[in-house]
Order: sequence, then C-alpha cells, then structure tokens
Amino acid sequence: MVLYGVAALALCMLAGMIIGDLLGVAVGVDANVGGVGFAMVLLVLVSAWLRKKGLFPKPTEQGVLFWSALYIPIVVAMAATQNVVEAVTGGPMAILAGLAALACGAALVPVISRIGGRSEPLPEMTEEEKLEV
Amino acid sequence: MELIADVLERNGLLFAFVVVGAMMLVSGWLSKTLTRGRLQGSAIAIMLGLLLAYFGGLETGGEKGLADIAIFSGLGLMGGAMLRDFAIVATAYGVDLQEIKKAGVAGGLSLILGIFVSFIAGAAVAAAFGYTDPASMATIGSGAATYIVGPVTGTAVGASSEVIALSVAAGLIKAVVVMVGTPLIAPLIGLNNPKSAMAYGGLMGTTSGVAAGLAATDKRLVPYGAMTATFYTGLGCLLGPSVFYFALVGIFG
Repeated sequence: MVLYGVAALALCMLAGMIIGDLLGVAVGVDANVGGVGFAMVLLVLVSAWLRKKGLFPKPTEQGVLFWSALYIPIVVAMAATQNVVEAVTGGPMAILAGLAALACGAALVPVISRIGGRSEPLPEMTEEEKLEV
Repeated sequence: MELIADVLERNGLLFAFVVVGAMMLVSGWLSKTLTRGRLQGSAIAIMLGLLLAYFGGLETGGEKGLADIAIFSGLGLMGGAMLRDFAIVATAYGVDLQEIKKAGVAGGLSLILGIFVSFIAGAAVAAAFGYTDPASMATIGSGAATYIVGPVTGTAVGASSEVIALSVAAGLIKAVVVMVGTPLIAPLIGLNNPKSAMAYGGLMGTTSGVAAGLAATDKRLVPYGAMTATFYTGLGCLLGPSVFYFALVGIFG
C-alpha cells in the first residue's frame, strides 16, 4: 500500500526531528540540530533493512518516491515565498557580508573535498534524466 | 471573478500545485529554447520563483514573497518548512550509505570551517562599515552564517534591532545567491560528486539555499548536501553567541 511508504517516511522525519530537538536542548540552543540529517540516515537504514526482509514492496516504495519527485517543485514554491525584497533592500553591507561568506565558503570546497582521497564525478545524466524533474 | 478568487483561496494548496506546475512548464520550455538545455529547467524555475517573490513582496510589503497575496497563499504551505523537509528526507531514499561514511570526516570538518569562515567574513565586513563593537560584529557575522543564527545571536548578546535586521538581510542574500549561483560555480569548485556536495552543504549551511542550488545543479547531489547543511544552523546558534562572541570581546572589547 502506497500509504505505508508515506507513513514510514513521516515516521522517520518525526523521529529525526525529535532527536534534533533533544540534541538542541542538550547543548542548550533553541534550534533543531541536524533533525533532517538524522531522519535521512534513519530512512536509509530502515528502508534497506525492510527491503532485505522483503517488507518494502513496490507500492510502498512508490509512497517514498512520490515525495522525492515532488522535491524540486516544492523548492520552487519555497523560492517564490522568500523575503527577496528585504534581502535586496538590506543595503551594501548586508549584500557584501552575505557574498563574502559565500565566496570564502565556496573557495574551501575543493580543499575539503581532497580530504580522504578524491571522489569520482557522478556519471553524466542522460537526456532522459535531465528532462524529468 | 470574486467567486473564482474565493475558490482559489479556499483551495490554496491545490492552486499552488497548478501555479508551480505552470512555472515548471515555462521554465522547461525556456531552458530548451533559450539555453538549449545548458541551464536546467529547475534552475530557471527557481530564479523565476525568486523574481515572483520580489514582486509579491513589493506589492504587499509582507515577508513571504508571493504567498502574501491571498490567492497564492498556498505556496506558503507547499514551500514551507514541513513539506520541504519531508521532501528532502525522501530524496535520501536509495542514497549510498558508503558514500556518506567515506565523506564523514570531510563533512564534519566542512561544518566547523563553514561556520567560522562565515562568522569571520561577516564580522570583517561589519567592521569595514563601522560596526566595530563586539555585539554588532558577532550578530552580523552570525547573519552571514544563516538568517536564523543572526537574530539568535543578536538577541543573546543584546545587539540593536537595526543590526539584527541587517544580519537577517545578510543571511537572506546568502541564501538567494546560493540558490541562483550554485549551478554557475559548480564546475569551478568540482561540485560533481557526493563528497564535494557534502562539503558544500557544510560550508554554505543555508538549507534552503543548498537544497535549491543543488537541485538546479544536479538533483542526485541534493541528499548529500542537505545532510550536512541541516546541522549548520543548530551549531551556528550554539557557537555564535558563545565562542564567537567571546572571542570578539577578547580581541576588540
């Protein structure tokens, strides 16, 4: 049943969020620390385990894949609801501060990626993969 | 007319699906005809979204972009934190756990480095513009980390509301530029594999920016970048008002 997949996904996310909030309380900040990350690891582990036992059939999988496929449209909706006006009208200092942080961070990506051996680039996407979003 | 608007408002989420669907369609067409597929449709859709958010904000003076216009309010639910995080978690399905383990050290290091680099870069710009007291520098530096860390730090160290507003603006600029700029800088910084995506997520930290930026670059990288980025804001809220602020007090106070 498709809903089993959606429910498993929701359960992983809620569990991850609770872990993230608890971690926030433990270190004394009013923020969720890594909730989404924990939820992702949980989903990977739980789904792999269930699949091995044959308890994660195709319809269940569809429930997860549907939300995964909705990701880009959701991000587009998110972009359309950002406070762009405030970002742009913050003045030169805000713009420079944001850009400086971005530039310094981006410059470090190649440095960090070198730690522990190089990684191979992913194979080129096929035309078909590019078109389906 | 009013009747139609009323139906659209009452079924806001459904109308949001239609609106985003239309945006994706237009963007896909633009990508194919104007850039011959070189700039991905999703990248154009995200830029289009930001542009609409700008006009929505101008029109209403609100904070939620296009969603402040009543008939588009469903976009707020569709693009809100709950569904966004739900979809991000779903992208992890089928991720290679081996890749994550391999990049564990690099990912962790990128987080720490990313937070401090943003703090320092933001604080340096603040100082250059005459905000030389530790509280203002810490707040603007934290804002350069993410627009959530800025106000958290600012409130904790007692910065002025003007400085807190500036820190939010700095964080928003970063998020917006990461969304638009990631596909452009990706070839320059080797952003084409899970490991560099994890490093990128940790170094940039803005979950919304990284999530959208990687989606516009290569959607297969999204789960890796999102995984590290999700730790950033929490860690930033921890380090901003404490370690970072006290270091600034020690140096400039």
